Amino acid sequence: MDQNLLKQINTDRAARLATILITDLKTGTQRVVRESELDSGDPLHQDLLAAFRGGKSRSLETESGELFLNVYTPPTRLIMTGAVHISQALYPMARACGHDVVIVDPREAFGTNERFPDIDLITGWPGDHFPNLGIDAYAAIVTLTHDPKIDDPALEFALNSKAFYIGALGSRKTHARRVERLTVAGFSEEQISRIAAPVGLDIGAKSPSEIAVSILAQLTAALRLRTSGEQAG
Amino acid sequence: MSDMERRDDILTIAETWRNSGREVALATVISTWGSAPRPTGSQLVIDGDGNFEGSVSGGCVEGAVITEAVGVISSGKPALLEFGVADENAWELGLSCGGKIRVYVEKVN
Repeated sequence: MDQNLLKQINTDRAARLATILITDLKTGTQRVVRESELDSGDPLHQDLLAAFRGGKSRSLETESGELFLNVYTPPTRLIMTGAVHISQALYPMARACGHDVVIVDPREAFGTNERFPDIDLITGWPGDHFPNLGIDAYAAIVTLTHDPKIDDPALEFALNSKAFYIGALGSRKTHARRVERLTVAGFSEEQISRIAAPVGLDIGAKSPSEIAVSILAQLTAALRLRTSGEQAG
Repeated sequence: MSDMERRDDILTIAETWRNSGREVALATVISTWGSAPRPTGSQLVIDGDGNFEGSVSGGCVEGAVITEAVGVISSGKPALLEFGVADENAWELGLSCGGKIRVYVEKVN
């Protein structure tokens, strides 16, 4: 591998850009393709698209020989509002699944280091902090306070982002009122339908830990199944 | 970035080692069959003295990969290695889990 290619991959990874390194295993020639610059004229367009979606490295048989696609996708992040009981259960589980976790809650009594040791905890309002978090297609947003003052600005930001998953805690009734508010704020029905609410897979979850499992399962499906319907792991 | 990613960040280690003047090779798992311990895309970085970071098999065949990598560093030519139960060296190399892996080894120029 050329040293400059290695440097480029590392720079892209640090900037949270998804890239694929393509290696011709017979000749050793290599090139790098960025997801943001994927060209529909590329002879490997479909394979590259599927590889970016699945996030999984693989070898590929072509007429001219075997290629290896090494996929580098940014680490996924889970951004939550609410340093609440459910987030106490959810954050270690999310970490175990490989997601970086950020919690935003303006209420000082909730977001204490004692309740959330060793975590990126922001004591402030989502409207002030979400724009600085670099929320991209590898971020998931889950609102857990069911306080419109805190959750609504987070959801409004999420709906304008490329986040791969948006979930909002709250009963059907709470969500119906939320939909009304977001509609008044100018969001279309299609945009609002991106929000998973009531959040989580319907597995009859009762305790905070069980609700965390249902949220994480739904988030995982959103990440791994994406629009291609292709399963990756 | 979490500790786990830092520990696993083979490409950053490769760049750091190269920048400090060390000869460096990268080994990458190209394909796996059966119960291979590390997934496709897993990497190992090796320097000319056989120092390494990362893993391609959770410890089973790293020794052989490192030996090959030192050869790749001196020759400059990439190598495609195969380990597994079908290989007569499998048991001695210790991939006793029944898996099979192919590893691509290349020099960072």
